Order: sequence, then structure tokens, then C-alpha cells
Amino acid sequence: MARQMNSGFSAWLRRDLLLAYRRRGEVASPVLFFVMVSTLIPLGLTPESARLAEVAAGMIWVIALLATLLSVDGLFASDYQDGSLEQMLLTPQLLPLPVLGKITAHWLTTGLPLTLVSPLLGLMLSLPGAGYIPLICSLALGTACLSFLGAVGAALTVSLRKGGLLLTLLVMPLYMPVVIFGTATVNYAIDGFNWLPPLAILGALFAAAVALCPLAVAGALRVTASN
Amino acid sequence: MKVFSNWQWFHRLGSPRWFYQTTGRWLPWLSVATLLVLIIGLVWGLAYAPADAKQGNSFRIIYIHVPASFLALAGYYIMAIAGAVGLIWRMKLSFMVMKAAAPIGAVLTFIALFTGAVWGKPTWGTYWVWDARITSMLILLFLYAGVMSLQYAYHSVDAASKAGAILALVGTVNIPIIYKSVDWWYTLHQPATIKLTSAPSMHPDMFQPLLVMILGFYLFYALVLILNTRSEILRRERKTGWVRELAQSKSGFDARAGD
Repeated sequence: MARQMNSGFSAWLRRDLLLAYRRRGEVASPVLFFVMVSTLIPLGLTPESARLAEVAAGMIWVIALLATLLSVDGLFASDYQDGSLEQMLLTPQLLPLPVLGKITAHWLTTGLPLTLVSPLLGLMLSLPGAGYIPLICSLALGTACLSFLGAVGAALTVSLRKGGLLLTLLVMPLYMPVVIFGTATVNYAIDGFNWLPPLAILGALFAAAVALCPLAVAGALRVTASN
Repeated sequence: MKVFSNWQWFHRLGSPRWFYQTTGRWLPWLSVATLLVLIIGLVWGLAYAPADAKQGNSFRIIYIHVPASFLALAGYYIMAIAGAVGLIWRMKLSFMVMKAAAPIGAVLTFIALFTGAVWGKPTWGTYWVWDARITSMLILLFLYAGVMSLQYAYHSVDAASKAGAILALVGTVNIPIIYKSVDWWYTLHQPATIKLTSAPSMHPDMFQPLLVMILGFYLFYALVLILNTRSEILRRERKTGWVRELAQSKSGFDARAGD
């Protein structure tokens, strides 16, 4: 029984990772988006490193959020179009498990690359030295939260033709706590405070998202995909 | 899901019609009561309550602002609970209440934000500040907008209702988190220049009309929710026999207000 339940998770995780590997260009685009938008900030705001340093943490977080938001749109879209989403709904396993597998694959292909690239952006936006480790930690946890919450929106809009923009409207308010605590983690570290408390709250948000979001996604997919 | 089709049929034919007819009998009483309480509260609050020592007469906008913010938040929970009831017991009527509640709540949230801005200009010297409560209300407005636009995006009534209900429930789980995190974020960045007047220290002469206004807004909310639900019932049940009979017997008469 346990093995059967596990297979629902790992099979979909492996499948989505394999698909991502075969479409490497698509995996690169959120990261490219992340890098390109942060090039706009010095152009639009100021090239002075002192002023950039003030906003660097918040900017990196907001751009990471937007990059996740743009990529989460495709989480179920191609599966819906080629019918494999229907197959997923028909599997004997509990539906939240394949969903969990898909979301994990999404984080591994967007959140994790964004997290790994973020120190580079920190450098470009002259983020103070104390902020790098907290930035990586908070982005790793935070982008996972964003993937989970975004999956709910993606599931609710999967059968709509112009779901992408609507998805951003639905999910953006839910993202606000993640951004608040993500930027707080980095800013605390820069200001010389203990940055673990906001990171711990991010961890709590992550735990709640892991527990609840797959259920909401499964419920939403049953409603929308059979529509 | 086909197993439950008997239930759906039962609810579709039974509940909305019962609701429509029962509330039709309540409407005159409820309208009179709402009007009465609102007029008493407004006249008392705007004309007879003493002016505030520091803010003068501009404080009187709280008689609109506070009840509107109360119901803006309560309305989200009413909407989400209606959606949950619809999902759990597959009640069509409940989904109609949910759909009817969304725009009312959104408008009340907007009124709360707008009156807050109007009050903020003479009191704080600015229309907008990134205060914790204001920011939370703005996010609440976004949540309402999400539920409404998701419902409008679906052609199928069934999918629209269920998707909207799921989103409303997700929002319900998130509202306390959002509220607390915004609160915490604000205390972190708190600018020292602005202080909200503390509500509990209000004089009873100012507080009593506020209570009347809150009661009036609750009645008003109930009235508008019922009216909106009734029009939604007529729209969704337009192909059933009783709505056709109703339309024929009252042709040329506005069916929404009709009783």
C-alpha cells in the first residue's frame, strides 16, 4: 500500500522532470526572465550601488515571484491539452500524491534554478554581503511556497482559454505573506538582526502549503478538468 | 458524480424555489426595517452625535466606514461558507448565495477603502498610507476580485460555482495569515508620524449611533444579498416551470423586485 501510494508521487515527479529535461529551453526561460528584469532595475531606478542595495532584497524577491507566476501557468496546461491530466484524474492513487509530484518537479525546474541564480543578481544589485545566505535560504523555501500556491491557481484556470492573466489575479494576493517574510529574512540579516525567525515562519508557511495545497489542487482539478 | 444526480435534481427543483417564495414574504418587512435603522443611525450619527474634539466633524465618516469594513470582512466569510456548503452538500442555492455575495462584499470593501481615504486627507494629510489595516483591506479587495473574475471566466455554471467556492475557501485559510503578516510587516516599518485613533476610548454618545449603523449595515447586507440571490435564482432557473409561470403572471413587471 505504501509503495503504491509512493509510486503516484515518484512516477509523476520522474515524468515531469524527464519532460522538462527534453524541453530545456522552457526551463531556462524563467531564469532568463529573472536576470533580464533585474537588469531593468538599475536602468529604471538608479545605478548608484548605495540606493540599489536598499531595494535589492525586495526587488529580487518580487522578480522571483513574477518569474514563478509566469511559469506556473504551464503546470497543468500541456497535460490538459494532451489528455494526460484526464489519466492522472483516473489513477487509483490518491490524487494529491501525483499533484505533489508535479509541484515538486515544478519547484525543481523553476524555484531551484532561481534560487541558484539569485546570488548573481544580488551581486549585480549590490546586495550587502550579509544578505546572500539568507537570500538563498529564503528563496529556496519561499519559491516552494509560491509553486504550491500557484498550483492552486493553475488548477482553477487550467481549462480556460485565457487562464494565464486570470491566474496571476487569483494567486497574487495569496503570495503576499511569502514576499513579506522572504524580504524580511534578507533585510534582517543585512541590518544585523537574527534572521532565523522570519525564515522559520516561511518554513511554517511551506509546511502548511505542502499539507493543504495538494488537496485544494486535487479538488480544483476534479472540477475544472472534467469541464 | 453521476451517482448524485438525483440529489442535484432535488435541490435544483426544491430549494431555490422555496427560498424565492419565502424571502418574497420577508422582503417588505426587511426593507422597512433596514430603511428605518439606517435613517435613525445616519441622522443620529451625522446630526446629533457630538463633534470630535480633535477631528471636528470629519470623524463622522466612521458611521459609514466602520460598518462597511465590518461587513466587507464578514461578507468574505459568508461567501466562503456558502461556497463550502455548496461543495459539501451539492446545493445549488448555496452557490447562488455565494455568487450573489461576492460583488456586495467587493463594493463594501471599496466603500471602506474610499471612505478611509476621504477621512485620511483632513486627518493624516494624505489620501493613502501603507498602513496595516488599509493594506489588508486592499488585499481583501483583490481576493474578492479574484473570486468574481474566476466565476465570470467559466461558461459552465457548475464549474464556475465550484471553482469559485474552492478559491473562496483557499482565501479563507489565507486571510488570517495575510492579515497577521501584513500587521507584522507594518509594525516592522511603522512610520512614527501616523497614529490611528483608538476606537475603545470613544464616548458613548458617539458609540451608540455607530452600533445602530452597524446593525443597519447588517440588515442592509441581508437585504441586498437576498435581492441579489433572487435575481441569480431567476437567471439560473429561467428554464424551469415555476419561473416561467412567474414571468407570465407578472409580464412587464420587474421580476427582481417582484412579489
